[in-house]
Amino acid sequence: MSTTLKFTALLLALSLCRGLRHDYIDNYIDNYIDEVTEEEAELVAQPSKYGSLWPLPQKVQLSEVSFKLTSSSFRIVDAKDSTAGPSCSLLQDAYRRYYEYMFGIAKRQQLNKGRRTGPSELTELQVWITSPDSECDSYPSLTSDESYELSVNQPYAVLKAPKVWGALHGLETFSQLVYEDEYGAKSINSTTISDFPRFAHRGILLDSSRHFLPIKVILANLETMAMNKINVFHWHIVDDQSFPYLSRTFPQLSQQGAYHPYTHVYTPADVKMVIEFARLRGIRVIPEFDTPGHTQSWGKGQPDLLTPCYSGSKPSGTFGPVNPILNTTYDFMSQFFKEISAVFPDAYVHLGGDEVDFTCWKSNPDIQKFMDQQGFGQDYSKLESFYIQKLLDIVTTTEKGYTIWQEVFDNGVKLKPDTVVHVWIGGGSNEEMGKVTAAGYTTILSAPWYLDYISYAQDWQKYYKVEPLNFNGTEAQKKLVIGGEACLWGEYVDATNLTPRLWPRASAVAERLWSAKDVTDINDAFSRLSVHRCRMVDRGIPAEPLFSSYCPHEYKGI
Amino acid sequence: MVRSGRYTRLNVYLLILSVLQLNLHTVEGVWPLPQAFTSSTERYPLNPQAFYFGYGRQSAAQQGCSVLDSAFRRYFSLIFPDYTDGRLHFSQYKPFTVEVSIDHDDCEGYPNEDSSERYNLSVSAGQASLKAETVWGALRGLETFSQLVYQNDFAYYRTLLMLNFPRFQFRGILLDTSRHYLPVQAILKTLDAMAYSKFNVFHWHIVDDPSFPYQSSSFPDLSSKGAFHPMTHIYTQSDVRRVISHARLWGIRVLPEFDSPGHTTSWGKGQPGLLTPCYNGGTPSGTFGPVNPALPSTYQFMARLFKEVSSVFPDSYIHLGGDEVDFSCWKSNPDVRAFMQKMGFGSDFTKLEAFYMENIVNITSALNKTSIVWQDVFDYHERRSSLSVVEVWREGCYLCEVRRVAKAGLRVILASPWYLDLPGPTHNWARYYTVWPLAFKGTEEQKKLVIGGEVCMWGEYVDATNLSPRLWPRASAAAERLWSDEKQTSNVDKAFPRLQDFRCKLLRRGIQAEPLYVGHCKHEYQGV
Repeated sequence: MSTTLKFTALLLALSLCRGLRHDYIDNYIDNYIDEVTEEEAELVAQPSKYGSLWPLPQKVQLSEVSFKLTSSSFRIVDAKDSTAGPSCSLLQDAYRRYYEYMFGIAKRQQLNKGRRTGPSELTELQVWITSPDSECDSYPSLTSDESYELSVNQPYAVLKAPKVWGALHGLETFSQLVYEDEYGAKSINSTTISDFPRFAHRGILLDSSRHFLPIKVILANLETMAMNKINVFHWHIVDDQSFPYLSRTFPQLSQQGAYHPYTHVYTPADVKMVIEFARLRGIRVIPEFDTPGHTQSWGKGQPDLLTPCYSGSKPSGTFGPVNPILNTTYDFMSQFFKEISAVFPDAYVHLGGDEVDFTCWKSNPDIQKFMDQQGFGQDYSKLESFYIQKLLDIVTTTEKGYTIWQEVFDNGVKLKPDTVVHVWIGGGSNEEMGKVTAAGYTTILSAPWYLDYISYAQDWQKYYKVEPLNFNGTEAQKKLVIGGEACLWGEYVDATNLTPRLWPRASAVAERLWSAKDVTDINDAFSRLSVHRCRMVDRGIPAEPLFSSYCPHEYKGI
Repeated sequence: MVRSGRYTRLNVYLLILSVLQLNLHTVEGVWPLPQAFTSSTERYPLNPQAFYFGYGRQSAAQQGCSVLDSAFRRYFSLIFPDYTDGRLHFSQYKPFTVEVSIDHDDCEGYPNEDSSERYNLSVSAGQASLKAETVWGALRGLETFSQLVYQNDFAYYRTLLMLNFPRFQFRGILLDTSRHYLPVQAILKTLDAMAYSKFNVFHWHIVDDPSFPYQSSSFPDLSSKGAFHPMTHIYTQSDVRRVISHARLWGIRVLPEFDSPGHTTSWGKGQPGLLTPCYNGGTPSGTFGPVNPALPSTYQFMARLFKEVSSVFPDSYIHLGGDEVDFSCWKSNPDVRAFMQKMGFGSDFTKLEAFYMENIVNITSALNKTSIVWQDVFDYHERRSSLSVVEVWREGCYLCEVRRVAKAGLRVILASPWYLDLPGPTHNWARYYTVWPLAFKGTEEQKKLVIGGEVCMWGEYVDATNLSPRLWPRASAAAERLWSDEKQTSNVDKAFPRLQDFRCKLLRRGIQAEPLYVGHCKHEYQGV
């Protein structure tokens, strides 16, 4: 009653449900069906020659020679000539973290003093930052050098990286090379790796507005991002439903707009903690403050910000997008984004700009008058363009770069050349990628990676098989694709189900964005990813299973 | 004595029904919706310092009743989640006592297919009176009471009169511990959550093709060779006892399933000769098919295994599986074909399967167990009278199948519409809610044969990392269908806010229940 037949059974079930379609069964079902019909081949787990490396490094040379690692004698240390010394707490923290991943916190008690190390034991990993500025105290950026070289050999292993960011990735890779033999002893094979990411922007979007996400959940997922070499946390922090960001300049926004003014907000200290936690793992935090649509929750704490909608000749009492015709709107935005640019150190902010509904603007007589004055006629995308351009000017004065959702580009808004366009519409979206890059804009791809859509069976394969550069365009155009993001929107996601829904499905995206273009063997990926998911489970992350099987250490955090 | 008790309850029922319409909104907090109740609008504070559970003077069960004593302890913490001992302060609160009275002392027994879960609850100023025929009914009543207490900063209650009983006697959840091993802790947690939704059967699909985690005392090789790992991925006898005793305290039956002759790949590892060797041309191919029905040794093995199983699991039901048998291996095997000839089955392999299942059913009948089989067995069985309970699982017109089974005079459990391992946006909970199990043409007698339904959580893509959010609160939608009156609970829009509220209650109790849609709970889930 459970295996192969169920697949067709599911389709039957869905068509039945469409028969008695209900309010709560909305058009998600359509997506659901699309995804389900794409049947995935059943995979056989043969151990990969690359073990459990994930994402697969660019160049790997493995040998059969293995060394033992013991918790009592193994150490991760700074290389003598490293430009980052003991004062680089980013690395010191990372050494401890990876030591604990490899040996477990409890096992550290079993120190076996005075034990002589055998000839086949590896006792040291030396971390060597090679460039004069290690960037230890900086923030990672779009142009950060994330490359590293790892050589595991006796008498010690060496991890060389120009900057700390590469070293962090190299530590993760080193920890992935360590395996447990049948007696529980840790071993590592002699290995040479030279590695760098294929794309510079490898992100995950979390939505803390539809559901509030406790800080603990965000931190655990940053931790997991680092295990997958994801380097951008796109924080879709506010939206229609709630405004949990506690603004120092406009405290009323969360006071009135959050689900609860104390328990469901991110205080400045929280935000600072997230940013620093992310930095220590080489992850950028890009906040999104989406306007002029998706702003219902802003209106509660900032009267007059939103457009009053009219019903006939009278205000209906409801509100639409941000009101683009008032000077007060732009005064507010200047002050607000001044704060944001100071709070979030990343060089980019995401300004949203998606799904603007024109009906409220159309209903409002003041807006119509303004449209006439400006000579926009009935073309409301011109009004949107007007708003966005003023907003871009404001943000430019804060010396930030910005990202916008694709509609802003589609609607013909005049953009500055350095704008990053985020493509999200349509599962494939190759055509849009062609258009955006042909116009000369840098772009990020998310369209095929909406992980909030779920389906039966192994949908990770679908995410894995995406080729971001598979669109018609010149080499120069393809260079404009700086990466992609997996999006986990929050309508049906909160702390209860976020982590198993995200992992290991987002890991598939992570490898697509990191590894070489020709890394496409789905069987090999299945084998490595199965072990990688067990490793995440072992590190306390409830990453869900790929298929019937088991992990040596099952999830215990129930 | 019992009869007169029933009579009084009937009167209460009528009284309640007459005022029901007006008061439906006041008990929005209880899930699944009780059958009949009326409540006041004024509320009274409830104070943990002056709150007591006790036994009624006439009650057949008194202090020392293991089921109720431990339920009192549990429900005290569920009613006062913020209460920490030792914060003594002298208050003006009047004491409040919940007085429980039971007709039969079944404190040390197990819930079974005939257990009454009916109860009367009346809450007045200063006290509540909970009357039930059995302790199992009292457990359901305590659950209801705990949900009635308001948790807005302080605890409050309203006065109320309620009569409650389940619509269906069998309300189950299937967990699959073979495709992924579920740590005992995950099972126990699920049992807790089941009780919150008034489920009363844990269908333990304990073994299947991928692994055999049940550690058998008669055949230890089954798990030492057939489990994912012989030490860490098994259920020892004490694990099983722990699950059964935990379930008992929550009023939940544990129904084991040992599915055969198909779905048995993992059995073959520890029991050579049990499975059918498949042939490729004239030689064995080295692979194995279903259990070998042609050998007497098979039935000797099964008799011993089921003898053990029926003594380990106290429930009077046992699930024998019997689904999805692939005939190709049997067809390939010359010995099986010779056996077919001998038995006069021709080339009809369904007859061979029926022959096998009948033997297994007879083995379990001799052990005084009622057997449940998946619908496949009913579909190909000619002599259906040997069957007792049929579980309907296939998609399509499942009510057609329910009708066929009921017409044949057999009992039915419905699972088809409740395959919850298929994920989906949570709001498809409505799909599990808008199920009408008795909407088939049949006599009253036939409809009575539908003893209940079951939520199935198969394990291909489910383990301890995602079990809870995938199960809750979607399974709760099925729970209301199986417990409550259908007419009062046919409207999805009315159910939605109640279920949302209930989902937050689950979170408050530490159950990782996923959201239905955008929104928030006062106390969000604090794990990862």
